[in-house]
Amino acid sequence: MLLHTEALEGGFASPVLGAQATFRALLDAMARPGTIRTAGGDAAPPHPLSIAQGAVALTLTDHDTPVWLSPALAHETVKGWVGFHTGAEIVASSAHARFVFLAAGEAIPDLHGFAPGSQDYPDRSATLVIELPALSGGPEFVARGPGIKDSTKIALQGLPADFLRRWAANRAFFPLGLDIVFTAGSDLMALPRSTDLQALGG
Amino acid sequence: MYVAVKGGEAAISNAHRLLADRRRGDRSLPALSIDQIVAQLALGVDRIMAEASLYDRTLAALAMRQARGDMIEAIFILRAYRTTLPRFGYSRAVDTGAMLVERRISATYKDLPGGQLLGPTFDYTHRLLDPSLLGDHEVAEGIQREPDTEPVMRVSDILAGESLIEMEEPDETDTVPGDITREPLEFPLGRDERLQALARGDEGFLLALAYSTQRGYARTHPFAGEIRIGQVEVEIDIPELGFAVSLGRVQVTECQMVNQFKGSAKQPPQFTRGYGLVFGQSERKAMAMSLVDRALRASEFGEDIIAPAQDEEFVISHSDNVQATGFVEHLKLPHYVDFQAELDLVRRMRREYDAAQEIVEEMKEAAE
Amino acid sequence: MNTHETELATYNFAYLDEQTKRMIRRAILKAIAIPGYQVPFASREMPMPYGWGTGGVQVTAAVIGPEDTLKVIDQGADDTTNAVSIRAFFQKVANVAVTTKTREATVIQTRHRIPEEQLTEGQVLVYQVPIPEPLRFLEPRETETRKMHALEEYGLMHVKLYEDIARNGHIATTYAYPVKVEGRYVMDPSPIPKFDNPKMHMSEALQLFGAGREKRIYAIPPHTKVVSLDFEDHPFEVQKFAKPCALCGAHGVYLDEVILDDKGGRMFVCSDTDFCEERREAGHVGELGVANKEAAE
Repeated sequence: MLLHTEALEGGFASPVLGAQATFRALLDAMARPGTIRTAGGDAAPPHPLSIAQGAVALTLTDHDTPVWLSPALAHETVKGWVGFHTGAEIVASSAHARFVFLAAGEAIPDLHGFAPGSQDYPDRSATLVIELPALSGGPEFVARGPGIKDSTKIALQGLPADFLRRWAANRAFFPLGLDIVFTAGSDLMALPRSTDLQALGG
Repeated sequence: MYVAVKGGEAAISNAHRLLADRRRGDRSLPALSIDQIVAQLALGVDRIMAEASLYDRTLAALAMRQARGDMIEAIFILRAYRTTLPRFGYSRAVDTGAMLVERRISATYKDLPGGQLLGPTFDYTHRLLDPSLLGDHEVAEGIQREPDTEPVMRVSDILAGESLIEMEEPDETDTVPGDITREPLEFPLGRDERLQALARGDEGFLLALAYSTQRGYARTHPFAGEIRIGQVEVEIDIPELGFAVSLGRVQVTECQMVNQFKGSAKQPPQFTRGYGLVFGQSERKAMAMSLVDRALRASEFGEDIIAPAQDEEFVISHSDNVQATGFVEHLKLPHYVDFQAELDLVRRMRREYDAAQEIVEEMKEAAE
Repeated sequence: MNTHETELATYNFAYLDEQTKRMIRRAILKAIAIPGYQVPFASREMPMPYGWGTGGVQVTAAVIGPEDTLKVIDQGADDTTNAVSIRAFFQKVANVAVTTKTREATVIQTRHRIPEEQLTEGQVLVYQVPIPEPLRFLEPRETETRKMHALEEYGLMHVKLYEDIARNGHIATTYAYPVKVEGRYVMDPSPIPKFDNPKMHMSEALQLFGAGREKRIYAIPPHTKVVSLDFEDHPFEVQKFAKPCALCGAHGVYLDEVILDDKGGRMFVCSDTDFCEERREAGHVGELGVANKEAAE
């Protein structure tokens, strides 16, 4: 297969330090759900993969982590880019993926289609990396749980109307469940399975 | 006035300097060369390669020299280096049937195709200190016959021809063998992972466990079907080329233990196998490994698990000497914070005990 | 230099190769998402012995970057030999800034203590863990303890603690005292004295735990409930010292017992050396201490 030059470019200029900086953003985000961080490094992934999504892929995926790309992302350039830079296998079955990438504006598929981990190994679950139009300015939810002092408000834009219900179902599965990293451009915000979300005033 | 002890950094660097000094020893003697270690302490070098899971005689000899001959320390140094090496790929399974055999013996047949080859063995040497080795006397060259180009058939294949030994077919599911140096162990293990763990397990630990099975702690009725030592080809598939290329040859020791099995509802009476494969010339280790491998297969054959050698989690969790030595020796690190907590508790309990004793004494006196 | 000499001299930033870091980083993120749950990871052979902090070192190596300032303590002190050795390792392989000041550190690797000074947002506390499984001394088999965690079967742990009370009148566990994290997983806090347990509760800092030999990583995110196991009639209590620190006069801190002579002479001083020094610099003086300025003369 001939790769487009686009697929060969756009990795971190410094793979070691770029990955470290992005990991620290992810670490902070996962440890403090609801806070917005900027992905480190200088990833330049092909459209429609966002900068933050590309940085997450470069930082966390490799040939040990099957990756599932949403329909909008599953074209040759993105596949080639992810494959070339990370070595991750792009899988057709969403249930086998450890990392899932969704482009902005795409419908979020049924969460039951992704690996929630097992009772013995709840860590063997998928992490979803979902691009949104913005990480603030949307309808407000109240988030509570580990990493959050008392409670915090989050206002993600572009979530489906039934997201709270779907998240509650994921939360009810604890310690099993999916973890989400929401991205918008170069920003990211994490929603680990331990976070409880309620509608404002709910 | 009390001044806390400081200066850990200087103490460490001075200790390392002293270590280097003692390692070199008497400067009037020539330093050991790595080549000398490789050539003349070869079995020690082999053990380091085997338990470090890295086939490189030069580095193993370097580790031995650096460790002042402390084998576990040398194994540890070599493993720590191995971890940093990039992984280019996995070789094909080596074909020990095609081995260039230097030693090959079977305890189960008097004679067999390929013959019995003693090779460079300590067996039948009389263990008398050899005064000639105090000096550097000339040593005669070994006698070499024309090498056989024919592969030497394996004893297990003879038994397999009669269907009297369990077949060992590769998994039909095309599963890729695990890699215990890249993935955390998850019990129960597959046999692939178990054999890997045994192959790098401590020789002394496996030897003792193997011995215990012979003394009745899970008897397996073993016969040394075959022990062979020699060179095998290591090949790697190159996807771009569409075929395998040879990376070179390594020396290995293989032991196939043949064990009696009465049969079960599912399987007819036949012999079963215990398997040992170790880098270099490491016959004791390969034999011990094959006995322990067979003992660990107890549940496969519906045998009662009654002895330590059959207990997979026990054996594999404790067979790694680098892990074991680290944890045992970590007790020399300071623990005074925890000890303080224990001291406080024991003092408190002691006061309560003494108070209770006093009351008992008083009651006794009052009663008199 | 021959080829071997040049090859042997080069290592990646923070020692670990990038694939290993990715694997550890994934484990850390899952550990944070499931507070108190032990994530298996493919622990690597480190150039220091198992049991000497290889788990903590791997976690620190996966987290640390050029912007960080590292503090390493063992028994609360920065100058214990193993702390010195680990700090020197990171200076060598990551060229990272180091400090002994708790407040200045962004990453603190510790063995057996939590600093006295309250940790703050943005700090990461990395614990070295010898035996991560709190149930291990009740049930040695991993296959069994994993099931117990999955089914949230922690009765055995309570039975053990209660047996102590019945036999001794006390819970005889003084360190590595088990905690329950966010009402779900029972977790081993590593062998810190139980004096330090309350500091884990609702901490501002992120707490990461690395067990190298046992190949487990676990975490407590900031602002997470961490409750020491106890009973209504025997509530959890921490050790109280009769006297303050002999050098700086601090109350309510953990103290080391120092033997002064062979006639029973002893004194108690802060285990947290940085905390003690700061207090003395600020002019606090204990019973056997002298004002710091004079000491320097």
